Amino acid sequence: MPALTPEEWQVLVLSLKVSFVAMAAALPLAFALAWVLARWRFPGKVLLDALVHLPLVLPPVVTGWLLLIAFGTNGPLGRFFAEWLGLTFIFRWTGAALAAAVMALPLMVRAMRLSIEAVDRRLEQAARTLGAGRWRTFATVTLPLAMPGVLAGLVLGLARSIGEFGATITFASNIPGETQTLPLAIYSALQMPGSEWQVTRLAVLSILVSVVALVASEWLARRSGQGGAHHAL
Amino acid sequence: MPFDVAITLQRGKLRLDYAFQTEKGGLTALFGPSGAGKTSLLDAIAGLARPSEGRILVEDRVLFDKARRIDLRPEQRRCGYVFQDLRLFPHKSVRDNLLYGWRLAPAERRWMDFDAALGFLGIGHLLDRRPATLSGGEAQRVAIGRALLSGPRFLLMDEPLASVDAERREEILTVIERIRDELALPILYVSHDRAEVDRLASRVIAI
Repeated sequence: MPALTPEEWQVLVLSLKVSFVAMAAALPLAFALAWVLARWRFPGKVLLDALVHLPLVLPPVVTGWLLLIAFGTNGPLGRFFAEWLGLTFIFRWTGAALAAAVMALPLMVRAMRLSIEAVDRRLEQAARTLGAGRWRTFATVTLPLAMPGVLAGLVLGLARSIGEFGATITFASNIPGETQTLPLAIYSALQMPGSEWQVTRLAVLSILVSVVALVASEWLARRSGQGGAHHAL
Repeated sequence: MPFDVAITLQRGKLRLDYAFQTEKGGLTALFGPSGAGKTSLLDAIAGLARPSEGRILVEDRVLFDKARRIDLRPEQRRCGYVFQDLRLFPHKSVRDNLLYGWRLAPAERRWMDFDAALGFLGIGHLLDRRPATLSGGEAQRVAIGRALLSGPRFLLMDEPLASVDAERREEILTVIERIRDELALPILYVSHDRAEVDRLASRVIAI
């Protein structure tokens, strides 16, 4: 395939930027939610669980619309971010990242929650009797044992965010150079007559990105999976 | 006084009362049938289970006192707990398991150094192995070593022969006798085996 055109480069770089920023923002939130759902017991937990899973079951266009209401110029969260952090989302790449993060969140929380639940709490007790406080126990026992699931969640989230389309186009719109990620660029190209070659190039690019992400994640999982798989003894 | 315990544990609807004191020196066996709540008692002394009433003193140090609202966290109690199910860290090498508590203890609290522990327990050749690859006897010795190296002021041992096959029992029994005779460490030893208790214990408390 011939070298990428400047427009294609722009789409690729923007896609990666949106996905990585989305993951960086979603990772701590997803882990915190997974932790709360795995370890805490409180009234309303079912509700929180349902809320987290909502983007997974709603039509993406509805999620995008809800984001518009919440994070729009006059939305409560939109106002908050604009006033306190100077951060706006609508029609901007940050909005595409937000949509990608929200759509990826349920998958990340599910994977991480399962791995946290699988950590043998008796090992945490052993660490405590050996002199480790709560945080050190978390950092040296719980987190390393849950790491394969955390990475699996990250990979699932990344895959989901790279492919994100519906919520993004609804919420952040389809603006070349600002919010037009790979799937949106492919959609735009499909709308134009006689652009089969362009669509093909973008589709191949999309496949390449996915394959690279898959191989990288496999490698990561292999590296961290050693020792984390077996429990008890 | 090494151990001075008077507590009530609530396990579901079951109410378990424990009260005993021990003299200085030797090994104290807690003897009783399975399900009598022996492990619950050790967990309470280690700070892993909270009594509903009472107090726990070890070597005249208050670890728990409901009336005075004292409840030291497990990491403050300085107890060497050898669990029945061992609980070696599966993601760490034998070396890192042994050094886990040792690294966390301030230098002045460590009374056994690493090489001495390896020699004492005969585990120097296992350092680079993962716990999953150890035999029952080897894993048991590593678990004992990990507890001793954390610089504990007392030892809790929960059925340490449970995960050891018959041929290796003698080896572990000898190790425990040496700990009892050479280390001047108060030991609470849980067992349901009469012969084991007769051989090891300086005194027996029926649970």
